[in-house]
Amino acid sequence: MQVWILKNISEQTFGMRLGKLFIFVACLIPLVCYGYWFFTDALGANPIEAITRRAGDWALRFLLITLAISPLRKLTGWHGLARYRRMLGLFTFFYVCVHLSLYITLDKFFDLAEIIEDVIDRLFITVGFISFVLLIPLAVTSTNRMVDILQHRWTQLHRLVYVVAMLAVLHFWWMVKIDTREPAIYAGILAVLLGFRLTFYLKRRVLPTN
Amino acid sequence: MLIKTTRACDIHESEVTDESLYLARRKFMQGAAALAGASMLPASYLWPGSARAAIQLENIGKSGFSSTEELNSFEDITSYNNFYELGLKKGDPKRNADRLITEPWSIRVEGECDKPGDYDLEDFIASPKLEERIYRLRCVEAWSMVIPWVGVELGPLLKRFEPNSRAKYVQFFTLHDPKNLPGQRRSVLDWPYREGLRMDEAMHPLTILAVGLYGKELPNQNGAPLRLVVPWKYGFKSIKSIVRIRFSASEPATSWNQSAPREYGFYSNVNPAVNHPRWSQKRERRIGEILKRKTLPFNGYAEQVADLYAGMDLKKHF
Repeated sequence: MQVWILKNISEQTFGMRLGKLFIFVACLIPLVCYGYWFFTDALGANPIEAITRRAGDWALRFLLITLAISPLRKLTGWHGLARYRRMLGLFTFFYVCVHLSLYITLDKFFDLAEIIEDVIDRLFITVGFISFVLLIPLAVTSTNRMVDILQHRWTQLHRLVYVVAMLAVLHFWWMVKIDTREPAIYAGILAVLLGFRLTFYLKRRVLPTN
Repeated sequence: MLIKTTRACDIHESEVTDESLYLARRKFMQGAAALAGASMLPASYLWPGSARAAIQLENIGKSGFSSTEELNSFEDITSYNNFYELGLKKGDPKRNADRLITEPWSIRVEGECDKPGDYDLEDFIASPKLEERIYRLRCVEAWSMVIPWVGVELGPLLKRFEPNSRAKYVQFFTLHDPKNLPGQRRSVLDWPYREGLRMDEAMHPLTILAVGLYGKELPNQNGAPLRLVVPWKYGFKSIKSIVRIRFSASEPATSWNQSAPREYGFYSNVNPAVNHPRWSQKRERRIGEILKRKTLPFNGYAEQVADLYAGMDLKKHF
């Protein structure tokens, strides 16, 4: 099923292409906005901290949007949604890269020793870094060709995204000093998205025996 | 280690005026004021966000303790604040500034002293001579600013209440007013906010009580009407909007230490050698600069204060 849907993406109608173009442009909006606000000095007294945090916010948001595709598809029956999942996943990776690059350049100025110290000593950075590393194989195997080569193992590999999502929420949760309301919202959304999958999985296993 | 020795003649007396003119001009450029009137208006009218038009303070003396570094703008100092009583985000205190009611204001003095009591703000300060102190402020979150405070030295002021021989520490409390202060309706910290100093730290000439900045009364978001400023310690030690002072024989409770004792010690001296679980303290971003600069021991005030801690293991007493 998974493989079938992904393979058929190559045969696109004009409407599908337009839809993709629309999503692509929409995904760039945060980048353009924050870029513009950064260069027009509209991000307050500490603009570097602001863009770094906002890039992280959007990486997490895109991750949750990507994870919402499958449940939405099952709830609405609109299977065409799956066509946009890869692009959303890659945009997640893109915003993660922006977030990480800002940290490495503007925050740490390529000081490798300090970056390593952060990754080892600061638990929120440890889990953030692990979630980035786990995203790399998912991004690399996102092509049609890799789907063909890996077959059912592709599906298994891409289950890693659930681990990535949990680590990403933890990264945010452990970063905040005291106010956990915002990470709690993301944790709640993730719990719903994973809960849906769990229910679906259990139903599928239980129903045939009924 | 780079420590500038400051002398009175180092101070550029034009600095403060320059800044306000600069801001006035910038506002003018943004079209906030009419062409002819812009330079005539008191600068406070041009700064949005302060709860009321700030009163200009008079007879402000200069100090040899002042830094000669470039000042942060009034806008940065008053719009990027940690003052959880007025909200948890950096921009909240300015937005909610009018929720802090500063008139009337009195300060209760209690504990190990011979002249306890409730004092009106004016009686409490009781000093005709305010001083400008341009200090670096280093936040534990690894950012810093240079701020032209206006205030009085804490030491001589405390002596008026005649602390007795048992007084080894002094504790400070922020206003507790959950009806008006939105942040105090959530239990993120054990309200009211409290801080403390060892007596010799409180008596050190660098320690001041600030009542103003940039030559005017403190804006509410910066801890009006009266706040502590201890420039060699992380910013959270410099407690805002003080209503109570207590002399004590033993080390008093301090809010962030109560909240997370492994992260925030009683002393909380700026120390790049002590690792913090959340932020590396080796560097800091001076607000307005892009790349971080090195953090100095005691925030660059080691020459003045290091001997207060002679013989102490500062990694243990962090």
